[in-house]
Amino acid sequence: MIINDDKLPDLPPPPSTVGVIGWLRTNLFSSWLNSLLTVIVGYLLVINLVPLIDWAFLTSDWIGETREDCTSGGACWVFISVRLDQFIYGFYPEELYWRINTMYVIGVILITALIIESTPKKPLIAAFTLIIFPIIAFYLLYGGAFGLEVVETHKWGGLTLTLVLACVGIVASLPFGVLLALGRRSEMPIVRSLCTAFIEVWRGVPLISVLFMASVMLPLFVSGETHMDKLVRALIGITMFQSAYMAEVIRGGLQAIPKGQYEAAMALGLNYWKSMGLIILPQALKLMIPGIVNTFIALFKDTSLVLIIGLFDLLAIVQAALSDPKWLGYSVEGYVFVAFVFWVFCFGMSRYSQGLEKKLHTGHGAR
Amino acid sequence: MPAEVNKSLAPASKPKFWNDPDKRAIIFQILIVTMVVAFVAHIVNNALTNLETRGITTGFGFLTQTSGFDILLTLIPYDATYSFGRTFLVGLFNTLLVSFLGVALATILGFVLGVARLSNNWLISKAAMCYVETFRNIPLLLQIFFWYVAVLGPLPSPRQSIELGSAFINNRGFYIPSPVLEAGFWFVVIAFFVAIGACIYLSRWNHKRQDATGQQFPVFWASVGLLIGIPLVVYFLAGSPMTWDYPALKGFNFKGGAVIIPELMALLLALSIYTAAFIAEIVRSGIEAVSKGQTEASHALGVSNGRTLQLVVIPQALRVIIPPLTSQYLNLIKNSSLATAIGYPDLVSVFMGTTLNQTGQAIEIILMTMAVYLTISLLVSLLMNWYNKRMALVER
Repeated sequence: MIINDDKLPDLPPPPSTVGVIGWLRTNLFSSWLNSLLTVIVGYLLVINLVPLIDWAFLTSDWIGETREDCTSGGACWVFISVRLDQFIYGFYPEELYWRINTMYVIGVILITALIIESTPKKPLIAAFTLIIFPIIAFYLLYGGAFGLEVVETHKWGGLTLTLVLACVGIVASLPFGVLLALGRRSEMPIVRSLCTAFIEVWRGVPLISVLFMASVMLPLFVSGETHMDKLVRALIGITMFQSAYMAEVIRGGLQAIPKGQYEAAMALGLNYWKSMGLIILPQALKLMIPGIVNTFIALFKDTSLVLIIGLFDLLAIVQAALSDPKWLGYSVEGYVFVAFVFWVFCFGMSRYSQGLEKKLHTGHGAR
Repeated sequence: MPAEVNKSLAPASKPKFWNDPDKRAIIFQILIVTMVVAFVAHIVNNALTNLETRGITTGFGFLTQTSGFDILLTLIPYDATYSFGRTFLVGLFNTLLVSFLGVALATILGFVLGVARLSNNWLISKAAMCYVETFRNIPLLLQIFFWYVAVLGPLPSPRQSIELGSAFINNRGFYIPSPVLEAGFWFVVIAFFVAIGACIYLSRWNHKRQDATGQQFPVFWASVGLLIGIPLVVYFLAGSPMTWDYPALKGFNFKGGAVIIPELMALLLALSIYTAAFIAEIVRSGIEAVSKGQTEASHALGVSNGRTLQLVVIPQALRVIIPPLTSQYLNLIKNSSLATAIGYPDLVSVFMGTTLNQTGQAIEIILMTMAVYLTISLLVSLLMNWYNKRMALVER
C-alpha cells in the first residue's frame, strides 16, 4: 500500500484571471462585442468628460467680485458666489437672515435626530417636527409675534422658498392623505366614490394646471373682500394635488397590513377610529416612510413650477439673475448650480429611502 | 362616542339606532353629502357674484370669437382670423404631437439604458447608472430651460447654419427635407396596409402550423421583408410618386423643407431624457424580477441565448414592466404642459395662457384643459390595461 502524504501544492490561478488583468478581462473585455462597446463608450466618455472637468474645475474662476475677474476661459463661478445670498434667502432683508438661519439649524437638528437610528423617543420628536416646528418656522419666517418684524411673503425666495413649498406641501398633505386613503378603502359607497373621484381627478391633471387654477380660479371662489396671498394660493394648490398622491402611498401601506391585524382589532372590540389609530396606522406609517420620501422628492422637484405663476423659488431667482445685464451669458453656470443643489437634495433623499426600504423589507412578511 | 355608550355590560334588548353600524353609516354619508353640496354651492355662489362684479359673462360663447393671435406651430390650418375654439384644437394637437414623440423616444432610450444597466460590461452598466442617477434627480423644468437657453440658444443665425448633408441647424430650428407626395402615392399607402394584413395572416398561419406539425417559420424576418418589400415594389411600379423638398437659404431665413422649431426640440430632448431615466429603472427591475432559474431552465432545454430572451425573459419581464411604464407615460403627457415655460404652443400655453389672458374666462378654460388631460390619462390607462391583460399570465 502506498500512502503519499506529500500533497502537491496548489498551483496559482492563471495570471489572466486574477488581479487587474483578470478584472479587466471579466468586466470589460469578456467578448469581442463587449470589447468593442467598452472602447466606443470609453472614447465617448473621455471626449465629453475631459473638457467638462476642465471647464468646471481646472480653468474655472472661483473668487472675485465682478465678471472682469473671470479670465481663465472656463466656468465663472464668481457669478454664483457673488449672488449666493440672494439664491438662498431671496429678497429677505439682509439684517434678518439670522431668522432663516435659526430655522435651518432647528430643522437640521430635528431631521438628523430622526434619521439616526438610536435616537430615543423618536415618536415624540416626529410629532414635534410635524406639529410644533412648522409653527416655530412660521413665526421665524413671517414674524408678527414675539416682537419679530413682519416680512411679507413676496420677499421670500430662493432655496428658502423652495424648501418652504416642499415641506409645507408634504406636511399639510399628510392628514388629508390619511383621510382620503381611509375613505377610499371605506365600506360606505358614497364616501368611497367621493374619495376615489377626488384622488383620480388630481392625479390625472398636470400640476401646472392646478397652480394656474390656484392662482386664477381660487380668488373667484372666496367672497369678494378676502384677499389671498399668492404664496398661500400656491400652497393650497400644491397641498390638494399632493394629498391625492399621498393618499395613494398611504393606501399602499394600508394594504400591506395583513387582514389578521384588522380582525384582531375588531375582535378586541375597538371601534373604527381606535383600531385605525392604535393598530393599523402606526404599523402602516412605518412601511410608508420610503413611499412618502419618494413623493417628497417628486414634490421637491415640482416646486420649481411655481416660477410659472410668478413666485421666486431657487430656479426662478437664478433665472432672473441670468438676465442681469452685468452678468449676461452665464446661463450654463447658473443652471449647473441649480441642478447641483436639487441633485444633492434628491439624491440624498433617494439613497435614504432605498436604505430604509431594504431595512423594512426584511422580517416583514406581510402582503 | 359609541365606545362610551357600550361601557355597561347589561344585556341590551335592542341596540339604539346610533349603535347600529349600518344606520350610522347612512347618517354619516348623508352628512358628508350635505357638507359637500353646501361647500360647492357656496363656492359657485361666490364665483358667480365675483364674476358679476368684474363684468365677466360665463358660458362657452367665447369659443366662437375670433382669436386675433398667431401660433408658432400649427398642425391644422390656423391664423389670427380663426376662433378660440380652433386655438384649443391647435394646442391640443401640439400637446399630442410632443407627447407621442416623447413617449416613443423615451421608451427606446429607456429600454436601451435599462438593458445597459444590467450589462456585464462594468463601464457600460456604470455609465447607465450615472445617467439614471443624474437625470432623474434634476427637475424637469430646469432641464427644459437648460436645453432651450444654454444649448439651443447660442446656435448660429440662419446664415451661419451648421450643415448636415441637406439638413441645417440654426437658432430658428432644425431644417430637414420634407417629402412631397404626388397623386400615385396612395397606392403605396394601400400596399403598406396590405402588407400589414399579410403579416397578421402569416403569423396566424405559423401558429396553426406550429401547433399541428411543430415546425417553425421565420415570421419576424418574413414580416420585415413584406412590410418593406411590398410598398417598395408598388412605389417603383407607380413611377416613384414622391419627391423631396429641400430647405434652402432665401434672404434671412430658410424656405422649403420641414422645420422642427427649437422649442419643440428642447421640450422633446428634456422630456425624453428625463422620462428615459425612470423607464430604465423600471426595465431593469422588470428584467431582474424574472428569476435566474427561468434562464437556466431555458438554456438546459437547449434554447439559444437570443430565443431565451425573446421567449422566456421578455414576456415575463413585460408583466412587471407595463403597469409602472403606464404611469411614466402618463407623467410624460402631463409634464409636456411645462412647454408653456419656453413658449412651445401646447394646450396649456395657448389655451390656459394666451386665451385665458385675452378672454378672462378662467373657470371655463381651466375646467376644459383639466378635462382634456383627464380624458387623455383615462384613454392611455385603458389602452395600457388592455395590453397588460393580453400580456398577463393566463392562469388555468
